[in-house]
Amino acid sequence: MAALAERASEGIAPPRRRMTGPLGVSIWRWVVLVVTAVYFLLPLWAALRFAGIGAFGAVVGEAGFTSSLALSVRLAVITTLLTIALILPTAVYVHLRLPKLRRLFEGITILPIVIPPVVLIVGVLAIAPGVLKGTSLLLALVYVVLAMPFAYRAIDAGLRALDLKTIVEASNSLGAGWRSTLWRVILPNLRTALLSATVLTVALVLGEFTIASLDLYQTFPVWIYVNSQTSGQVSVAASLLALFVTWVFLLAITVLGSWQSRKTGGGEVTLFTVARTETRGD
Amino acid sequence: MDQTVQAPGPVTGPGAPGSEAAADPGPPARLTIPKVLRGLRRAAGIVPFGVYMALFLIAPMVAVTIGAFQDNSGGFTLSNVNAATHGVYLKGFWQSIILSVLTSVIPGILGLIIAWAIFTAKRGRLLRQVAITAAGVFANFGGVPLAFLFIATLGSSGLVSQWLTSLGFDPYTHGFTLYSLSGVVVVYLYFQIPLMVLVILPALEGLRPAWREAAENLGARTWDYWRYVGGPVLLPSFLGCVLLLFGSALSAYATTEALTNGTIPLTSIQIGSFLNGNVIAGQENIGKALGLGMVVIIAVAMVIYVAMQRRAAKWLR
Repeated sequence: MAALAERASEGIAPPRRRMTGPLGVSIWRWVVLVVTAVYFLLPLWAALRFAGIGAFGAVVGEAGFTSSLALSVRLAVITTLLTIALILPTAVYVHLRLPKLRRLFEGITILPIVIPPVVLIVGVLAIAPGVLKGTSLLLALVYVVLAMPFAYRAIDAGLRALDLKTIVEASNSLGAGWRSTLWRVILPNLRTALLSATVLTVALVLGEFTIASLDLYQTFPVWIYVNSQTSGQVSVAASLLALFVTWVFLLAITVLGSWQSRKTGGGEVTLFTVARTETRGD
Repeated sequence: MDQTVQAPGPVTGPGAPGSEAAADPGPPARLTIPKVLRGLRRAAGIVPFGVYMALFLIAPMVAVTIGAFQDNSGGFTLSNVNAATHGVYLKGFWQSIILSVLTSVIPGILGLIIAWAIFTAKRGRLLRQVAITAAGVFANFGGVPLAFLFIATLGSSGLVSQWLTSLGFDPYTHGFTLYSLSGVVVVYLYFQIPLMVLVILPALEGLRPAWREAAENLGARTWDYWRYVGGPVLLPSFLGCVLLLFGSALSAYATTEALTNGTIPLTSIQIGSFLNGNVIAGQENIGKALGLGMVVIIAVAMVIYVAMQRRAAKWLR
């Protein structure tokens, strides 16, 4: 990286000299980004060529497209709200009051990622009461567990980067209660962390296949699988479409979030648009 | 600090702390009633979380663990565990571990570099937004669709394979096939790298530009900055993220199954086949024993992680 280039430069406090190209942009950054883009876009293009444009029209026209997509979006919204409502207060509480348990919490919240979803859903179905089994809410409840490692780590990392204690003490000494400290001070400071927690959760729900198929709900990925067995081309087209739909959805969340945060003046904070950066001057 | 029984409720968490609290013996030394109450109140904030995890994570896992030691009529037996640690299942564990180590360390390093490139880009607002959302999508893109994508790309008649062949380098005559361990690693990078980017980005935000400027004003070169400031701050997060990738690789299975058709016997695939019912009667609980084995593997990985963090902490001081 730039490290090697800069190491050669001698003297005290060298001005920020980097290996830069003609446009003042670091060459190594360009190399990294271009190689990454090629690795991620080439398979998409190969699949697009394989499927052909015609296959996409066939996918959208199929029965069940709208209803399965709606179910997936609804599950994504419920799961995200539940996850953040559960994890944000817990993570803040642990950081402030029980810092000794931080490592333990790291351990607990990482567990869901290693338990194969197949095993988890079988265990859940074995012990869940009948009332829950009949609704798609059970799916959302299990997805909260699956989303936990990502959401917790994102929020935890965000909290670590903050001087949480000082912020909270300042807020309390200005007369703010706990709720308004959490809502108006901590939340805005965790903008990026919450955004990435949201993005992770939504993408997880929109892409999850194993549990939904075992629980016999036709979410979008399950619908793709069920309805696309007829031809390989339709199947690949549906996969690409799923990727695209998820991407558009997430981009909308992100753009909305940052657009909201750029607006000045006071106003309430909502979970999906996360917050504005009032207390952080970047 | 004085506490009374009528003290106001817990700071957060509307859950009912009383019932949980009764089971907790509290610290043994010099127990006084205010002390116990204070301890319980401190724990109250994590009760909702604890209850949720108990219901949706612990209880299912307990069911699996008990099942691992039960025969079909419910009696105690070690034969499931015995079967799970021998023969094809033992091989499955080794393959899983090898694959998971490869697909956590490699994308961990690559993901860190990419995240750094994104994070430090000037006027990078749009780039960062596109990258985060893209990473969120790709990180959860797996299973059969991902396998399809790569068969169309790097399969024996895939687009890139054909390009390389026409350039005089046929990867399939140079030891590479998509349907072996090397191929699976390349495919896993497709969701592991984005995962790394996503989880490490918040940690990168913890590196304040002011620290870099301060270090430079004090005469630090780039290496010094990374050795004494950036590296130590980042290392714990980095190790944690790699551990996360390890777990993610360990429990992923649809992709490998679709690509290799079972020639790489991963533990997760074997568990899947048990739960799909393709099993000889009377052996259903071996799947649960395998599940228990995976939990043991990750437990060992976490012990290694904690030990490495300790070392890292020594290195910082």
